[in-house]
Amino acid sequence: MGPYAKEELLACVIARLVEGSRHAAIGASSPIPATGAFLYQQRNRSFRVSLQQRRAANPFTEGSRELFDLAGQGRIDTFFLGGAQIDGSGAINLVRAEGRRFPGSFGSAFMYPMVPGTILFREEHSRRTLVPKVEFVSARGTPRALLTGKALFSWQKDSRKFLLQSFHPGEDAKSIAAATGFDYDLSPGVGETPAPTAEELALLRGPVAKQVAADYPDFARRVWGNTLAA
Amino acid sequence: MRTPADIAAAIADGALLALPPDYSLVSMVSIRNLILRKARNLRLLGVPILGMSADLLIGAGCVAEVETSAVSLGEAGLAPRFTEAAEKGEIVVRDATCPAIHTALQAAEKGVPYMPIGGVIGSDLIAGRPDWKIVDDLLIVPALRPDVALFHARWADEAGNVWVGRRRELATAAHASRNCFATYEELRAGDMLEDELLAPGVISATYITGIAQAPRGAWPLGMPGVYGVDDAHLSLYAKAAKTREGFQRYLDEWVLTPRKSFSPA
Repeated sequence: MGPYAKEELLACVIARLVEGSRHAAIGASSPIPATGAFLYQQRNRSFRVSLQQRRAANPFTEGSRELFDLAGQGRIDTFFLGGAQIDGSGAINLVRAEGRRFPGSFGSAFMYPMVPGTILFREEHSRRTLVPKVEFVSARGTPRALLTGKALFSWQKDSRKFLLQSFHPGEDAKSIAAATGFDYDLSPGVGETPAPTAEELALLRGPVAKQVAADYPDFARRVWGNTLAA
Repeated sequence: MRTPADIAAAIADGALLALPPDYSLVSMVSIRNLILRKARNLRLLGVPILGMSADLLIGAGCVAEVETSAVSLGEAGLAPRFTEAAEKGEIVVRDATCPAIHTALQAAEKGVPYMPIGGVIGSDLIAGRPDWKIVDDLLIVPALRPDVALFHARWADEAGNVWVGRRRELATAAHASRNCFATYEELRAGDMLEDELLAPGVISATYITGIAQAPRGAWPLGMPGVYGVDDAHLSLYAKAAKTREGFQRYLDEWVLTPRKSFSPA
């Protein structure tokens, strides 16, 4: 296995996190979650991936409310949410922080409490994004995990606290502590996030890249630019 | 009503204007015409989010208030004119969440005063919305009845129907609004309601106040199956609109110069 992109590592982590899921919905501007979901779909063909904002061949025929109706009935078991800020209680903020305005809460206030397997994903891992307490609660829920550009945390339902599972190559437990603004527990088996396997990379750079490019052209060009046969 | 300019003239200053997201058939040609006619104090409703259409109207000074679940340019990043106007308090922002807007429009469709939805409880959104109530652990949202729904359709026909295919949030917005204006790509002979394959994607003329033909009227956004999103133009806009000066230059070149704005490359 040769070198790989950071985005590829994160997609592989997501593909492992969604194992056992039947139907993932992917919201706005989420190319890495989409990549991870498509990668898992390569191994599990019955796994359904619905891209909410798909430009062509959109999966919903009742308009954009259908996604929320599906979630309201429990027909979606994986959803991804980010945040300008995420805190140690799992609350996310998509509205405003430090005097700055962000796009808004989208469907998060509904989806987070409704979807049992919400995965929090934010590439930037810093004390600016992972804070003790968010300035505005867009949504609260019970997350399955929190994945960042530096680490993977699982969620402990009983103590309602994150647990550091692994740090990505180039990081260690100390650097994660330095970059994280909230308190969390340390898993006894904490170690480095496993690198993508040769098989995963082949799938990512082949069929998955083609699927992703249809909806996230800029992202696909940036990550796989020279390997994408247009 | 014959042109997008006629549609813009029929949308009054101060109107509550329901607009679709960038991925759902925006009548960008009408947005440019609203700017040309110097519309003022519009109240935008995102069904359920907004993008470039709202950013242009806000930057051009047409907007007093925005009710939406988000305003974003998607892959091209933050909506810069919305962001600055919100940070400086130049517009009122009524933050919502997507299913609350869908549900409020569905209540208006049914002619009932309010409807319940799940989730949302625990969100700070509720504190900013005195019009939302909690009853029996369910959020109750009041019906939303926009003055105008505005979008771009693939077809209109001689009976005055329009076709939007699977973009059914446009049908919900049309049903809920007092008036509905649409631009369209092509006119079809006859009545699409007589065609079993087309009829499910039709919004019936019952709901339509006025239509105007405008080929490529969604540009620089897309019309699936006809033309795609002009991503290069969107990133050009996102860059230009970062500053007021850049935004003004964009307006001068792409909106206020009719030759360019209505016949894109």
